[in-house]
Amino acid sequence: MDNILKIENLKTHFFTKNGILKAVDDISFNIKRGEIVGLVGESGSGKSITGFSIMGLIDAPGKIVSGNILFNNHPLLNYTPDQMRNLRGNKLAMIFQDPMMTLNPVLRIDTQMIETIKAHDKTISVRNAFEIARDTLGLVGISSPEERMKAYPHQFSGGMRQRVSIAIAMLNKPDLIIADEPTTALDVTIQGQVIYEMQELCKKTGTALLWITHDLAVVAGIASRICVMYAGRIVEQGSVKEIINNPMHPYTIGLIKSVPSQNKRGEPLHQIEGMVPSMLNLPDGCAFHDRCNQATNNCKNSKPLETNFSKTRVIRCFNFER
Amino acid sequence: MTAFLLKRSTQSLLVLFIMSLLVFSGVNLVGDPVEMLINPEADQEDVERVIRELGLDRPITEQYWFFLVNAFKGDLGTSFVFGEPALKLIIQRMPATLELAFFSLFISIIFALPLGIYAGLKPESKISKLIMAGSILGFSMPTFWVGIIFIMIFAVHLGWLPSTGRGEIGTFMGIHSSLFTLDGLSHIFLPALNLALFKLSSIVRLTRAGTREIIHQDYIKFARAKGLSENRVINTHLLKNILIPIVTVVGLEFGSLIAFSTVTETIFAWPGMGKLIIDSIYNLDRPVIVAYLMIIVFFFVFLNLIVDILYTILDPRVRIQGSK
Repeated sequence: MDNILKIENLKTHFFTKNGILKAVDDISFNIKRGEIVGLVGESGSGKSITGFSIMGLIDAPGKIVSGNILFNNHPLLNYTPDQMRNLRGNKLAMIFQDPMMTLNPVLRIDTQMIETIKAHDKTISVRNAFEIARDTLGLVGISSPEERMKAYPHQFSGGMRQRVSIAIAMLNKPDLIIADEPTTALDVTIQGQVIYEMQELCKKTGTALLWITHDLAVVAGIASRICVMYAGRIVEQGSVKEIINNPMHPYTIGLIKSVPSQNKRGEPLHQIEGMVPSMLNLPDGCAFHDRCNQATNNCKNSKPLETNFSKTRVIRCFNFER
Repeated sequence: MTAFLLKRSTQSLLVLFIMSLLVFSGVNLVGDPVEMLINPEADQEDVERVIRELGLDRPITEQYWFFLVNAFKGDLGTSFVFGEPALKLIIQRMPATLELAFFSLFISIIFALPLGIYAGLKPESKISKLIMAGSILGFSMPTFWVGIIFIMIFAVHLGWLPSTGRGEIGTFMGIHSSLFTLDGLSHIFLPALNLALFKLSSIVRLTRAGTREIIHQDYIKFARAKGLSENRVINTHLLKNILIPIVTVVGLEFGSLIAFSTVTETIFAWPGMGKLIIDSIYNLDRPVIVAYLMIIVFFFVFLNLIVDILYTILDPRVRIQGSK
């Protein structure tokens, strides 16, 4: 199967006054057509920046310094700003974390939807655009969409607003949606619904999904493959089964142990020792070495490279080259 | 909406009443208008006759009651100097002031919004720094001084524009204004620019601050993620959000444009209300002063109401609550 997205050695750095912040540092992964891939990591591990890099929405002082982003086999980094604009919201869409903040509070839902269609199809009539928008709103589970089109964002609940953003992302039948923690700000019950609906929609339309989250439990339920990010790098990637049942990188092992349901009742929750290092001041060698219980001198001095462990499995750790 | 308007009108009447008390007693405490009006060589009998005629021999409470009753009938007193109703005098001068205020507000908004948005979008650029420095200058230079400098440069040295007075008056759609003739425009340009400079500076700063805040909101990033053109993002998504605080300030500033155009009107000999009030203060023409202040209070109350209504149009989250 061909890849809808192929990222090769992507580096996105922020050139701040306090030094260079390597938010995304040499990551590679790909997403097949219609596939759901989870990108997991702690806050500040660079997962959102990865999403924005693909969208071409990195603001100064950030910059993609090297690497390749192939979307439908087209190198996005060679696109002009206008070509990128035309791609965004069209074949490549994104959903944000906080549904309370992603919709413009002073514009009606229909305005915000129709403009998305008209931005990519100048010739379509407002009437047609309205009908497409209304139907998409119905598709994401909003009842009586015709009337709700006339509403303002503040008249919706958080879950409903997130459905509206999902509808906006789906308007132009994208090939890939980047979902940046779309359920983090929602109630657990609503989370379940939204995840289920997203999964169904993607299956129905053949849309691929990059699901960015810090919640391993969520991503295990929806994705077919998982990439685990730590300090700007992907430390381990593989199928959900491989990652969940047989994690190999010490960080992934720690992450999975930290999921509360893994514990026996009454036992203290497991945690990974130490703190996430400051991105401006990463330790030499493997960024995880000072929190890792298997670290050797080698880990302190040189950076581990990516090793293909199996066909689907890539890992960035010295202790698995053996 | 009706309930809201009714409630606001009652509040406004209360404000007007309290202001009338303050203004009336305040004005009656200073100076002696009779001394200003009467021929210094007049004898005691004449003086007393004038005092009686003007009703100044009555106790102040009675004078106030008399004023209040007349005010309800739409009569704000008769000018001591001109012998004409104060209201009529002010209304005669009002169009000149209003057109000056409107024109200068127009100038300030048209320049301030683009400049402010530019400075907000590119805070680091040299042009933005120039705009902000300029706005501080516009803020801090005294209006009268700028007015005089304008006259010196544009009227005296360059001779491009007339220095004083109001130009020829034209009629358009039943409205008489000097804005509709070329001569009128050439006359209004300098005083309006003079008056606009301060407002322009404050609106530029406000627009910049709003832009800086809104541009980092998620919904702007989401608008970009939808593939909207930069024009659409700025002109619709950004502008509609920054307009909310700007409308408040502009609404109230418009009141102050009308009320305090006095200095500019005096410098440019603009025949408006400001000039009238200055002359009336010199002559201690109490009824005109009181009437003028009452009208200004009315303007402010009215503009506040307009701003409140505009809010509900701009921000759907604000809804007028009438029943409370």
